Amino acid sequence: MTQVTVTVNEKQYTRDVEPRMLLSDFLRHELGLTGTHVGCEHGVCGACTILFDGESMRSCLIFAVQADGHSITTVEGLALDKDNLHPLQQSFWEAHGLQCGYCTPGILMTMIPFLRDNPNPTEDEIRHALSGNLCRCTGYQHIVDAVKLASEKMREVEK
Amino acid sequence: MKPAPFEYHAPASLEQALDLMSQHAGDAKILAGGQSLVPAMNFRVVQPSLMIDLNRVAELSFIREEGNVLRVGAMARERHLEFDKSIEKRTPLLHEAVPFIAHPQIRNRGTIGGSLVHADPAAELPMLMVALSAKLKAKNKSGERWLDAKDFFAGMFTTALEPDEILAEIEIPFMPPRTGWSFMEVAPRSGDYAMMGVAALVTLDKNGKCKSAKLVYLNAGDGPVDAVEAAKSLEGETLNEKLIESAAAHASEKEINPFGNMHASVDFQRHLAKVLTKKTLNQALQRAGELQ
Repeated sequence: MTQVTVTVNEKQYTRDVEPRMLLSDFLRHELGLTGTHVGCEHGVCGACTILFDGESMRSCLIFAVQADGHSITTVEGLALDKDNLHPLQQSFWEAHGLQCGYCTPGILMTMIPFLRDNPNPTEDEIRHALSGNLCRCTGYQHIVDAVKLASEKMREVEK
Repeated sequence: MKPAPFEYHAPASLEQALDLMSQHAGDAKILAGGQSLVPAMNFRVVQPSLMIDLNRVAELSFIREEGNVLRVGAMARERHLEFDKSIEKRTPLLHEAVPFIAHPQIRNRGTIGGSLVHADPAAELPMLMVALSAKLKAKNKSGERWLDAKDFFAGMFTTALEPDEILAEIEIPFMPPRTGWSFMEVAPRSGDYAMMGVAALVTLDKNGKCKSAKLVYLNAGDGPVDAVEAAKSLEGETLNEKLIESAAAHASEKEINPFGNMHASVDFQRHLAKVLTKKTLNQALQRAGELQ
């Protein structure tokens, strides 16, 4: 067992883990943060996307021991509370950007740095940015609408 | 879908990593970005007994200019290559091609060294290093040696590295003056493995004739495929549609050796290679002309 100290959503956790434990499993099973979903477990579906030191990464392709000393943000870190969703989450709600919701946390965590770096994206850019996240329900149209709406809301907040 | 158990080491320096490699040569597996290795471990296709994680070896993460070359540490992330100003200016071919590597989530973690050592014939970085005539520095506990990119790739998922060696650095010469470039690939979906991809370089002389050319292919054999005959047929010539057509035909029919897969038959891969060769040569030629 190896000791890991990691900051997740601005809270510090220390745990003893096997080196082979994936970061996705660490977040879900050790910390109880089940918002990070596990789909394909080989880096294709994007459901497990988290922010690692602020950048989007697949948590199923990182070992928990590698996160020692690093800062992670998961979907649980977005909203202040259930009545105050992040504008991106609010937009997914309003634009029907999800059906079953399995892919949603990964999509949100992919779109956070995308909209940070590109606050006013075109539809083409949004579709390109979504290409690493698989959704099997919606056909993506409402997801694209939701991201567009979010970019508008977030630019309003900036003003 | 969980990796088999392994012993884990995270050295803080290259020297420590090389010590571990010399103690455990043959058993140890280097962990770089892990974007190909960890999926293989999750599937248990790969079950290393001992892993040496280079993510804490800060000295391997750099991109800098020195004389007429770029020096890139093996642990430089693909995302850093994508936005590096020196790469954009000195090797625009590399700058153009990096965004085609998987998705941002993968490029944020994946490294140049990891991709090169993985030596996937469908990957972009190995063929780009061949196209750019890069040199790769392999180190072990007792010393170092430099290999030309074309000699580094020894077949499907195989390199010339010895069991105790670590790829430490990549030296990429600046693209010569009056050199046009182009990279194109066709994939079923943005970010997927490409069915075919081509990197073309065209260097013109002062009179506008082709001084040298380079055509390198991905997913066209058991490693990067350098179509030297097709490229040679362009040298010394004033490039025109007919010459480009015949080079594309030769490269796609005689020089590449694609295997076909579930997305593309061999014939379709050859067709893509021909079309992409023409497109990339035309774009490279046009860009070289604009630099005259």
